[in-house]
Amino acid sequence: MRRSRAREDVTGWLFVAPVVAILGVFLLLPILMAMWVSLTSWNGQGSPFKSGVPFVGLENYGRLFTRDDLARENFMISVRNNAYYVAIVVPLQTVLALGLALIVNSRLLKGKSFFRSAFYFPSVTSSVAISVVFLFIFSNSGALTQLLGFFDIQGPQWFSDARGVIHLLLGMDTPPAALAGAGPFGLSWWEWLSGPSVAMCAIIALVVWTTSGTFMLMFLAALQDIPVTLEEAAVLDGAGRWQRFRYVTLPLLRPTMFLVLTLGMIGSWQVFDQIYVMSQGAPAKTTLTPAFLSYRTAFRDFDYGAGTAISFVLFLIIVLLTLFQRRVMRERRV
Amino acid sequence: MKHLPLAALGVLALAATACGSGFEDKPSAAPQSSGPASLRILIASSGDPETTAVKQAADAWAKASGNQATVTPAQDIHQQLGQAFAGGNPPDVFYVDASRFADYASVGALEPYGDKISNPDDFYPSLRTTFTRDGTFYCAPKDFSTLALIVNDGLWKKAGLAASDVPTTWEQLTEAAGKLKAKGITPLAISDTRDRIGAFMVQAGGWITSADGKQATGDSPENLKALEYVKTLLKDKLAQYPKQLGASWAGEAFGKGKAAMTIEGNWIKGALKADYPDIQYTAHPLPAGAKQGTLSFTNCWGIAAKSASKTAAIAFVEAMTKADQQLAFAKAFGVMPSRQSAKDAYVKEFPADTAFVDGAAYAQGPVNAAKMDSVLADFDAGLQQLTSQDPKALLARLRKNTQSALGD
Repeated sequence: MRRSRAREDVTGWLFVAPVVAILGVFLLLPILMAMWVSLTSWNGQGSPFKSGVPFVGLENYGRLFTRDDLARENFMISVRNNAYYVAIVVPLQTVLALGLALIVNSRLLKGKSFFRSAFYFPSVTSSVAISVVFLFIFSNSGALTQLLGFFDIQGPQWFSDARGVIHLLLGMDTPPAALAGAGPFGLSWWEWLSGPSVAMCAIIALVVWTTSGTFMLMFLAALQDIPVTLEEAAVLDGAGRWQRFRYVTLPLLRPTMFLVLTLGMIGSWQVFDQIYVMSQGAPAKTTLTPAFLSYRTAFRDFDYGAGTAISFVLFLIIVLLTLFQRRVMRERRV
Repeated sequence: MKHLPLAALGVLALAATACGSGFEDKPSAAPQSSGPASLRILIASSGDPETTAVKQAADAWAKASGNQATVTPAQDIHQQLGQAFAGGNPPDVFYVDASRFADYASVGALEPYGDKISNPDDFYPSLRTTFTRDGTFYCAPKDFSTLALIVNDGLWKKAGLAASDVPTTWEQLTEAAGKLKAKGITPLAISDTRDRIGAFMVQAGGWITSADGKQATGDSPENLKALEYVKTLLKDKLAQYPKQLGASWAGEAFGKGKAAMTIEGNWIKGALKADYPDIQYTAHPLPAGAKQGTLSFTNCWGIAAKSASKTAAIAFVEAMTKADQQLAFAKAFGVMPSRQSAKDAYVKEFPADTAFVDGAAYAQGPVNAAKMDSVLADFDAGLQQLTSQDPKALLARLRKNTQSALGD
């Protein structure tokens, strides 16, 4: 008995060996190599695995949190920007995707497949192409500014406006004394509480618009899985439209909701292409994100160690937040 | 059994890392190939005219010398070079922007061939300094640009100003700007970056680093004087940033007639000719503060330290930087030759450019130190908000960041 089981194991491993090899070479190995680079101060010349490459231990990581210099400040600014970005993008795109899915799923809607393709269209278009189109729309003499002008509204100069939205809402230019002092990690409380800049808001609008199509499909698949009988039963019990949605549909969508929120969060913490094409971190660093900063540190400053360290910290942030999200959604289920 | 997959992957990874030694470098100098070379040349082209001109020149050189030369225009040369160096297979010859030179040189990516080019002293001294690091002249300047004061002749006359009113000092600049503003004309459009405002720092006698690029001198009283002067100009609306004028750069604001003066380089000629052909303008030396000063921008022909055909590469650069060839480039896409021996012929051909060419004598090149990119980007972010910030704090911050970048 034991022997045959062992033989089964071997056969099993033989069958999965190709996949294990491929994943190992193309996934695990590069990650391990990157981890090694993040522990060195390799300058990008030749191989990072030869003997002369200086090993610096955890210094690249320590710098991001403890040393009071520009590297830490840039990193903290990028984390702040991205946190606001995630906090706005994820809820907005989830609600929009759910809304679109409900519309497309509705039995009353005619021309379903047309709307389904139309809503999904932004997601299949290249993000670079869409970014360039948005650059035109939001430019100083672009469509949006002209449209606002039509209603006599003087729109902001989107991509050169570094003011934070929360600062703008409060109508304050200079920090109150209580917030001007140094906050955690070298940024003042006032800087932490700036909100996304006007320029970042334009990028947020673009991302919400492009990603909600994909998530709409996920919601749509889940909606179509819900048995009609359940809804009919609810109708018989005298449930209204809102009650059916709130107490029947929404609970059944919970696994999909978790999926959408998690994928949305991971994707938006890693935002890169839009930043690279549209702003490169400008104006005044308010669209700097960890992913872009990591790229810039490595390929512009030739500081590959610090660059990879940033990307591992970003990875940690994402893992921790995902675990946290999972816990929150699980507790509700009980 | 449960841990088998992890263990297996770990072993695999270790094995593959060991294989990694396979792409370890050969010790010291790259092996040099003999016979006809096949050069790969990566250029950051300003547009089709430049690409065509360089391709033609490269073809002519290849035919005459019996080598091959392939010119590729880059999409984003910094990124492409960064990845090529990391991959260990860079192009043989490529443009190196002066502001990135120190980064490339400090990591040993560039071949220091400067003195192997014939008559190196013929290059303008300020350009040679730009491409010199630790006393070694690395690469031959391709061409250069300087900043000058561009004046809109129409608006100038409209405000009742004469040609003799073109300012040559800061005081005259304030005065002329005041007269323009009284007539309801925005006097000066200036971009919100150290690449323009830095000229005032040079005129005041300051700069971001010391001449040898080893000391941070951002918070000197000269720099403070310059920023305070620019801040007054901005506060009194004698100068405006392009975005305040609804333009993406100062040349656009100037071309649309929204400002009577701007501070830009000789590239503005091509831009104005293409987009605003009707505008009448003249170029003058920048107004002097404590002394005359302007900024220069330049590229050099970098040769990769890892190139297998360095001899051919140097011969190629030699051909590209000959005075005649540079004059041909100047006619094709409007750059200024980096050799002093080409100056007279150039001025004869383009008399309106005298102010730009003369700038070479007193121009300051970009900051010649590694890892300064993010420091300068941070300084720019501060300059964008100059009107609402304390220049002293801004400069102190610049000095602190520069110091930490230089100290590394």
